[in-house]
Amino acid sequence: MEAILQFFDNNLLLIYLLLFTIILGFEVISKVPSVLHTPLMSGANAISGVVIIGAIILIRQAAPDDYWTLGLGTLGVVLGMTNVVGGFAVTDRMLEMFKKKK
Amino acid sequence: MLTSFLNLSYLLGALTFVIGLRRLSSPDTARRGNGLAALGMGIAIIATMVYPFTDAPNNYLWIVVGMLLGGAIGWWSAQKVQMTAMPQMVSIFNGLGGACAVVLAMLELLSFYAGERSLDTGALFIVLLALLIGAVSFTGSLLAFGKLQGLVKDKHVYLPGHQWINIFFLIATIGLVTFLLVQGSSIGSIGAIVLMILTLVYGFSFVAPIGGADMPVVISLLNSFTGLSAAAAGLIYGNQIMLVGGILVGASGTILTVLMCQAMNRSLLNVLIGGFGGGGGAPSKGAVGDQVAKEVTRNDAAIQLFYSNSVMFVPGYGLAVAQAQKAIKELDDLLSANGVEVRYAIHPVAGRMPGHMNVLLAEADVPYAQLLDLDEANDLFANTDIVVVVGANDVVNPAALDDPGSPIYGMPVLQVWEAKNVIVLKRSMSTGYAGIQNQLFFHDKNRMLFGDAKKSLQALIGEVKSL
Repeated sequence: MEAILQFFDNNLLLIYLLLFTIILGFEVISKVPSVLHTPLMSGANAISGVVIIGAIILIRQAAPDDYWTLGLGTLGVVLGMTNVVGGFAVTDRMLEMFKKKK
Repeated sequence: MLTSFLNLSYLLGALTFVIGLRRLSSPDTARRGNGLAALGMGIAIIATMVYPFTDAPNNYLWIVVGMLLGGAIGWWSAQKVQMTAMPQMVSIFNGLGGACAVVLAMLELLSFYAGERSLDTGALFIVLLALLIGAVSFTGSLLAFGKLQGLVKDKHVYLPGHQWINIFFLIATIGLVTFLLVQGSSIGSIGAIVLMILTLVYGFSFVAPIGGADMPVVISLLNSFTGLSAAAAGLIYGNQIMLVGGILVGASGTILTVLMCQAMNRSLLNVLIGGFGGGGGAPSKGAVGDQVAKEVTRNDAAIQLFYSNSVMFVPGYGLAVAQAQKAIKELDDLLSANGVEVRYAIHPVAGRMPGHMNVLLAEADVPYAQLLDLDEANDLFANTDIVVVVGANDVVNPAALDDPGSPIYGMPVLQVWEAKNVIVLKRSMSTGYAGIQNQLFFHDKNRMLFGDAKKSLQALIGEVKSL
């Protein structure tokens, strides 16, 4: 219990950010026409690739001879980058077709 | 100076995510919204690359190689994928994001257990959370991909009493996490490895009992899982943009999941337990014995369509698999040229994802104004001369309204039988994803036109042209 309270105190701002972002996320997305559900899911999926930032930080701070961390970190970068680039590109392809309406 | 500039870039990146998602919510601004979010992601990545860490060896070569490789794979698959295979693609991308979170969390845990890094109980909990959510999302997404791609059949992975197996996995996961939290670093890396394996298996098992028709709901849910694991990883690194991006995705995935469940009039729990699963529920009262569905010839169908006043197309997944969206538009053009009012009724879960059918029809240049949603279409059926159902089944099944024994009872459906005539284009009399027979096919007003959706439409186009 004490550990939890300690954690809460140490990360107060982060927890505020967390809670407000949850509410913001619900509010931003709650009014979407069903036409856009698939592109929205795809775009949101691309944003979840933001986890790549963690992989980059990890590699930058790893010792240059720590091949284990470097190798796995690079795997993380590959996975994250595929998610980011593929996600945004696929979303754009979907939305491109919507634009051709006349 | 540089540091505060880079912190500002992170803030900017986080803002673009929020504004980008906001713009994705409206058809006119959606594409710019996506571009904006992509731009924000680029800014965040560059800022992370140049952020001045103290005494960091940087190892840029590794990062650049990884980014080029991942970027090329992502770009290439995004350009190559067929529009009909979009749901699978989203699923697999989503799984990769989850896998990335697993890799990060595992490295963190291994260095923690090796004594190279200390984590307090709260931080350890966050790392374990990133690991388990990422792992479930990873293998779950892979199985969802396999099911949508037709590589895995429901019955291959469904075990009797599967919901109990999943409850066991859930309890085991919670138990193991609690155990690891209490033990701290004394238990050694084996604890992390066992948790990883357990949750990887759990992800697979989690999706296994869920029927193919419910995959969109699952992908949406797993998408929000990946967001949460990214957010947890953001907490580990104290990185705000990871936290904001992850939570936004977590929230959007949750909202979408709820919307999809509402469209099917089912609770999320009901979907997850696998109501439509391979287990085969109670037989429907509307089961068909010796009833005979009446057929219509292509010529007759073409004449009816050509000389009607109004036609409503009801596209379903059969249209998507047959790649018939261009053919339906061509038929539409021919009929419109003769003064027929042509519209499309889009059920919320037509195709494999909400909005999937709209994307396909947009690809074929069908204007928005012709696409009607469920309520609009149901209001208009009574004034429609002919409804043409193309490769849809469960979403036009009257059993949803009048047969309480049916597994889809209560699901909102397109009431096509209210129209003056119905023509169903279908390959055979086989059942839809719900695995139940459709009384509509034996309705007085209905005529069947058997065959592949694209071939039938092309035949109709040929007949109309020769009139």
